[in-house]
Amino acid sequence: MSASLKQDPHSPDPRDRGGPAQPLLIVDNLRKHFPVRGGLLNRQVATVQAVDDVSFSVRKGETLGIVGESGCGKSTTARLLMRLMEPDAGSVIFDGDPVGDRRGISVSDMRRQMQMVFQDSYTSLNPRMTMAESIAYAPRMHGLGRREAYDRAEDLLSRVGLNPRQYARRYPHELSGGQRQRVNIARALALEPRLVILDEAVAALDKSVEAQVLNLLTDLKQSLNLTYLFISHDLNVVEYMSDRVMVMYLGRVVEAGPVESIYRRPRHPYTRALFASKPTLDPDRRTTEMPLTGDPPNPINPPSGCRFRTRCAFAQPRCAETLPPLAAPFDGDTDGTHVVACHIPEAQSAMAVHHG
Amino acid sequence: MSDIAMGTPLVSRPDAPAAPAPGYWKSVGQRLLTDKTTIAVTLVLLGILFITLGAPLVTHYDPYHGSVLGRLKPIGTPGHWLGTDETGRDLWTRLCYGGRLSLLAAIMPVTISLIVGGFLGILAGYAGGIVGTLIMRTMDVFYAFPSILLAIAICGLLGNGLSNSIIALAVVFIPPMVRVSETVTTQSRNLDFVEAARASGTTTPQIIRYHVLANVLGPILVYATSLISVSIILSAGLSFLGLGVTPPQAEWGLMLNSLRQAIYVQPYVAALPGLMIFATSMCFNLMSDGFRSAMDVRLNK
Amino acid sequence: MLLFAIRRLIQAIPILLGVSLVVFGLVHIVPGNPIDMLLPPEASPEIIAQMKAAFGFDKPLYMQYLLWLLRAVQGDFGLSVFNATPVWGQLSAALQNTFVLAILGAALGFSMGILCGMVSALYHGRWPDKVFSAIATVGVSLPHYWCAIVLVLFCAVLHDWMPAQGMGDDSLPLYDRLQYLVLPVITLSLIPMGVIGRLVRATVLDIVGQDFVGALSAKGLTRWPVIRHIARNAAPPVLALMGLQFGYLLGGSILVETVFNWPGSGNLLNLAIFRRDIPVLQATILVLATFFVMLNLLVDIAQAAIDPRIRR
Ligand SMILES: Nc1ncnc2c1ncn2[C@@H]1O[C@H](COP(=O)(O)OP(=O)(O)O)[C@@H](O)[C@H]1O
Ligand SMILES: [Mg+2]
Repeated sequence: MSASLKQDPHSPDPRDRGGPAQPLLIVDNLRKHFPVRGGLLNRQVATVQAVDDVSFSVRKGETLGIVGESGCGKSTTARLLMRLMEPDAGSVIFDGDPVGDRRGISVSDMRRQMQMVFQDSYTSLNPRMTMAESIAYAPRMHGLGRREAYDRAEDLLSRVGLNPRQYARRYPHELSGGQRQRVNIARALALEPRLVILDEAVAALDKSVEAQVLNLLTDLKQSLNLTYLFISHDLNVVEYMSDRVMVMYLGRVVEAGPVESIYRRPRHPYTRALFASKPTLDPDRRTTEMPLTGDPPNPINPPSGCRFRTRCAFAQPRCAETLPPLAAPFDGDTDGTHVVACHIPEAQSAMAVHHG
Repeated sequence: MSDIAMGTPLVSRPDAPAAPAPGYWKSVGQRLLTDKTTIAVTLVLLGILFITLGAPLVTHYDPYHGSVLGRLKPIGTPGHWLGTDETGRDLWTRLCYGGRLSLLAAIMPVTISLIVGGFLGILAGYAGGIVGTLIMRTMDVFYAFPSILLAIAICGLLGNGLSNSIIALAVVFIPPMVRVSETVTTQSRNLDFVEAARASGTTTPQIIRYHVLANVLGPILVYATSLISVSIILSAGLSFLGLGVTPPQAEWGLMLNSLRQAIYVQPYVAALPGLMIFATSMCFNLMSDGFRSAMDVRLNK
Repeated sequence: MLLFAIRRLIQAIPILLGVSLVVFGLVHIVPGNPIDMLLPPEASPEIIAQMKAAFGFDKPLYMQYLLWLLRAVQGDFGLSVFNATPVWGQLSAALQNTFVLAILGAALGFSMGILCGMVSALYHGRWPDKVFSAIATVGVSLPHYWCAIVLVLFCAVLHDWMPAQGMGDDSLPLYDRLQYLVLPVITLSLIPMGVIGRLVRATVLDIVGQDFVGALSAKGLTRWPVIRHIARNAAPPVLALMGLQFGYLLGGSILVETVFNWPGSGNLLNLAIFRRDIPVLQATILVLATFFVMLNLLVDIAQAAIDPRIRR
């Protein structure tokens, strides 16, 4: 590793093994169920199906948005990808190499190429470390010399728009939320990752600061040739950032496709419900929980069959019987990349909600 | 890249602080220096340390040599300004020398429990799982004994003597120490920045060393300081019961017990060793309060 | 709620078993055998063997433990090796005396602590608060055995106000016998007073600060719904601390009992240690620790009854 980051986004990355056609990330049937304990002797009484058979892929250089109400398993998916927790089932293939597999790449090698930015800018920085220390920490752990690591930290600070002279030696509590989140981004970039997972990275910021950080992310993506997995509950932000979008509901993917296609014509009733209750830009109305009619989702022992059926106006008996697979919409009005998990043609073709 | 650096205005942020602040431990030190109570208390403790360790400098009597004729002299006797004890030894001298064993018997158990209990607690908090459960359930059992009772039982069975009293108190202090360090470790283990460190491929020992220890050590040390204050009372209490230091050695608890027999002859002299125990204990208590507020880092904003 | 209570009860069993193991094991951390320590070195081997068999020390260790435990849960702690009388008889008499002191001391100390805590929260930052927090700091660092001595000094030595030794004779009239209680009870009440007062103060301030910012006034605090609200929220932590403190009173009474020559369990423990009377020692510790565990269990359940959020 050298002290400074590579400058030219057009030179081929030596780590690129599969070529441009190979998706950077392929996630296959990822699953994580948490036991709920209680009752006598702390027995397991139920399971939270936080992530249930989630499959998707991320192409090189794109931004995949993941959207859904809070509690639908977005963060768990991110943590599973980073292997901060072990999945119960499923596989992850990074640039053609199965992660944690004898024939593929190890978790630690994967983590060098995949980094994550957390929602809370304050708790994700060690309060006893200066900004430069926090950023230089990971490269130093990976064997970069002290001098080089600090040079890189200063370079990164200026890349995220913070003057190193002014900010390198400050502590987290001396920075504003937006500034801290910039540092968190710099820290995630310190190992020169190829994929960055942004888990609600701007959710805690004020609207004006949020826009600045989003622009910063867009710029960094171009100049450093990054791929993003952009997680948010905010539909406006996801639309602004993403090339493709994946909608999750109670641990499962209900719809996925190109951002224009999903936003122009959402097929799943849940997606449409989301759009209908989309928060406005009015800062007073911004909430973490999106308003939706019907019972709130309960990830403990979710309904059989389609998980959305208890809140769905189009629900029919077969929705309770079989789980709808992700498939092309019935009207076929897409280029084949748009998929939806819904049995009912009328539910898919109901009037799209105009948004703007 | 300069366009990114310039992309957002930096100067106009209203909440941007003007000058960089000093390092964490430095700012703790600065806060301590402005805390009058802590400074006063530290000076008193240094004074006590001086008269005990430097006892030969402040008195010329032999702590073990008395005279039958000069027994139980009252406070203010010429030559013995604090009087003499039941065998005619100078009380001021005994108090000075006695502090050595009292402080040793109080600080050693806390040090042992700090090392053993801190280690076990950090292990339990970080490892979690079976190891953590095993450690914590074992500690729960020891928690079921009122502390003085356990100390007395261990000391009573091992026999009296300084080392046995130290062992007994260490056993008593390890469980609460484990609990405190387990709690702070678990708290800091689940902090996002520890997860972030794990995500950047940091190994477990490195995470403990750089992220967990720094955040855990402060609270543990504060707790240890407050334990010393308890330890002084308990260790002197053991000697008071005849379970700790043995005569003719000078130790505050032991002196209190033997002078108690003479309470009808020299009432005030009998109360003096207890005053020393009380003063020392209170100083450590206040010192720990001072440390606590000086180290109070707003982990949760 | 019942489920919660049953669960806590079941959780207490392994702890109690652990406690019994520790109590039994403690005796065996000392080299040698309780009988060897008791008999003179010139005792003949037959007598030693006879004594060992009589007290069950000839069996393997785990058998000794199981037998001891089995008897102990039935309240049979064997015979004292010092005077061969049943341990339970000695212990129950001593426990009664200790409980009289501990309950009275706790009642006095808890009520004083709650009162002081409430008053200093009410006068937050003003002089009663400052006076009390000084007293509380002093109270926490006070060696209570020394306190006992100072009380004796003032009330029995310098003035002849109170008796300072023992608990009086059965032949004395009740009023005179009550006098023997005064000094030990006051001493014991000082142990929990400061700690409870501090917690009450902090809890009340916390609750008041949360819910009615700026509404902290003498008038507001004495209105009944406000008091009920505060009591409801402050009770769980204060109760938990009281449970712990009562346990400490039982354990800590040993030192106070020594000073006042009070024939309680502390005194018994002390005697047992000096006589190396292992059965008495084991029984005393086991009973006190069991009581402590059960007390904390009760506190847990009471807490859950007051505040349903605590039930998990
Ligand atoms: N460590 C955990 N243990 C038990 N349940 C968890 C854990 N982490 C998350 N969950 C549960 O899994 C579900 C999904 O959570 P999460 O992935 O954080 O949702 P999101 O990020 O979409 O808001 C929630 O119901 C949450 O309560
Ligand atoms: Mg989340």
